[in-house]
Amino acid sequence: MTTTVTPPAVEARPAPVLRGYRFELVKLLSQWRIRVLLLACWIAPAGFVAAVSLQSVLPADTVFGRWMHATGWAGSLVVLDFSRSWALPLLTALVAGDVFAAEDRLGTWRHLLVAVRSPRRIFVSKGLASLTVLLLLVAGLAGSSIAGGLAAVGNHPLVGLDGHLLAPADAAGTVLLSWACVLAPTLAFAAIGLLGSVALGRSTMGLLMPALLAFALQLAQLLPLPVAVRLALPSHAFLAWRGLFTGPAQTGPLFIGLAVSLAWAVVATVAAYHLFLRRDFTDLTYDGSGRRVLVAGALPLAALVLLTFAVVTATTPAKGSGIERAKVEGSLATAYAHLYRMQTRELHRPDVTEAQLRATASCDKGGSRVADQGPGNDWRCVVSWHLPGATAVGTAIYQLDVTADGRYVADGDGPKEVNGYFQVRTSTGDAPNPLWQFDGNVDLLASTSKD
Amino acid sequence: MHESPAVRGRRIKKSFGDVVALDGVDLDVAAGQVHGLVGPNGAGKTTLLGLLLGLAVADGGELEILGTPVGRTLAVPDGVAGFVDGPGLYPSLTARQNLSALASLRGYDAGRGVDDALEQVGLTDVADDRIRGFSLGMRQRLGLAAALLTRPRLLVLDEPANGLDPAGKHHVHRVITGLAADGVAVVLSSHRMDDLAALCSEVTVLATGRVVFSGPVTKLAAESGALDYRLLTSDTAAARRVALDTPGIRVPSGGDRVQRPDADVLVVRGAVPAVEELVVRLVRAEVAVRELAPVVAPLEAAFLALTGAVPTDEEVS
Ligand SMILES: Nc1ncnc2c1ncn2[C@@H]1O[C@H](COP(=O)(O)OP(=O)(O)O)[C@@H](O)[C@H]1O
Ligand SMILES: [Mg+2]
Repeated sequence: MTTTVTPPAVEARPAPVLRGYRFELVKLLSQWRIRVLLLACWIAPAGFVAAVSLQSVLPADTVFGRWMHATGWAGSLVVLDFSRSWALPLLTALVAGDVFAAEDRLGTWRHLLVAVRSPRRIFVSKGLASLTVLLLLVAGLAGSSIAGGLAAVGNHPLVGLDGHLLAPADAAGTVLLSWACVLAPTLAFAAIGLLGSVALGRSTMGLLMPALLAFALQLAQLLPLPVAVRLALPSHAFLAWRGLFTGPAQTGPLFIGLAVSLAWAVVATVAAYHLFLRRDFTDLTYDGSGRRVLVAGALPLAALVLLTFAVVTATTPAKGSGIERAKVEGSLATAYAHLYRMQTRELHRPDVTEAQLRATASCDKGGSRVADQGPGNDWRCVVSWHLPGATAVGTAIYQLDVTADGRYVADGDGPKEVNGYFQVRTSTGDAPNPLWQFDGNVDLLASTSKD
Repeated sequence: MHESPAVRGRRIKKSFGDVVALDGVDLDVAAGQVHGLVGPNGAGKTTLLGLLLGLAVADGGELEILGTPVGRTLAVPDGVAGFVDGPGLYPSLTARQNLSALASLRGYDAGRGVDDALEQVGLTDVADDRIRGFSLGMRQRLGLAAALLTRPRLLVLDEPANGLDPAGKHHVHRVITGLAADGVAVVLSSHRMDDLAALCSEVTVLATGRVVFSGPVTKLAAESGALDYRLLTSDTAAARRVALDTPGIRVPSGGDRVQRPDADVLVVRGAVPAVEELVVRLVRAEVAVRELAPVVAPLEAAFLALTGAVPTDEEVS
């Protein structure tokens, strides 16, 4: 009779996800590229904000740039607005765009598979590890820029995008919330990076995917696209945080932006996951799944854009460019009233309330032959307001440059004593004139009949 | 008593598109055996070892590893370790980090095991260096250390001799013999027979996906048939005459003075009995034999004859 002395060999079980995750994290953090990025994200914004805040000329083209002397919180928002167009897509490209391709280049797939024994777990570990590194990078940008601003300028109230003042605590909360909001589109870009890295094998094209997408979406943002298309693109959420700085907050575009970004993140990740599980790990010359990418990745994303477009069109009052005369007038009058009050305080005049001012605006775009809607730098508005106790109505003229994303810069065009000069003379010396030039943000989704 | 063999493969087939990499290969490896897999480049060694590691699945045939039939990718049982196509380490990590990570992934206690493994392959001194700067041989040894971590019962190594210096070879040989003595089955591949002769008790010779020889190394030597021998004598001219008269011995034209143009070397070709007869005749003819040695080692010659390969010194792949 024969007996088996060898114990029945059990099939090896896959490694726990936590261990795989830790290994992926160690691998990422051991790369000099990632280390340099981490260092840069944790140091550069603080230096940048501090340096710019101490200069006399401020980056007024960027939202909140003009307030960098007034409060430390503005600097972080300037960094946020800078990063959204290039830095964040680039970070996602450098982190997520290479996690899979790196193993192809090193020829380590087989060994990783033998060690982990589950492509699924490898995918999850890699996804989580890149996510962690991205969070560290974004946290660095946020923390460092806030620290730089607070150290160089201080913890003061922040003027919102409709001129209302946010107390330091509110400003802190809203700034942090804004950074949290851009995490959603960052995730979407990271998922595109994963998809590229899985799909394009060891070529560095995967690295370029988020950057290319960012570039294409930047171009799209510049075009006068209908608002429903704009909102259907994942880059919109990179802008929508601005709506948090008006009262009431413009939550419609923000929620849609977040939802679209997260949907992109999910679709791209699922596509990457399916491509990954289908690939051939034993082929050392594997160089991406080529045409399958189109079917597995690009088509679902295109379908997602169409679906979002249809949903936004059907369920929101969005139409055309979303920039209409009534909305511009309402937004400008509100901002003017808030900032007028601020100027009054600067000049140590008796306080007035926005309600007493009853400010209104009357706008025209490009003369009588042009329809009063859409982006352009040819908006011309007259603001009228009432002073308590006086019968005369004050008026001031503004030239508005409205961009397709709803942001505008209002440039004072007289009278001189109200908005003609960038400073006002106060009893304690010259101070910046809040009415000379200011930023505003039109809610692209608000229905016109509201105001 | 019956112990299931470490590897039992029957009629294994594997193709990549039109390329038939393995064409009905049988492989038997017992526990405690060091088994060599030899064959020229493209013979299918790496493909076969990949099947043992569960990196791919055969298209046909049966494969049992450590007593378990293997049918799916990555479904090989615990206790199998090794690597094909390079040790697959991460250049940005140190030797120790590479090993610790693997140990942790496979659920082994890092720490002492890692130090032990590094010690066994002689890499203790460079344990905390990034392996970016390691030579090929050092990487091979580190790959072996990684395999040792898991305390395997079947160790699979693809071309472990590549890039090893004599000291490295010594470490690797010692580790492998030690493992075999402990009952671990070891399967090694090489494109050169002489790398394996000292180490393996059994060899399987592959040529274009087919087994052309399988058995003990000693038996392989007997397959060699007629060999070329270098013959150095006190009188080359006399020796040449004797050789031409000896049945079964040929003197290839231009065969003399090939090895050392300045010395009186004669190259003769013949099987072992004929060469023995030649020596007897030389002595009778009062020609002193100073040196008699095969031009190519018998194993290598057998290997070259079996696989129809031309001798190479460099791995071409
Ligand atoms: N992933 C693969 N795809 C296509 N052909 C392959 C693949 N792997 C191996 N081959 C082919 O199979 C044959 C055997 O290859 P291999 O097992 O690597 O040989 P060896 O290791 O003995 O040099 C070769 O002809 C090789 O080109
Ligand atoms: Mg090979």
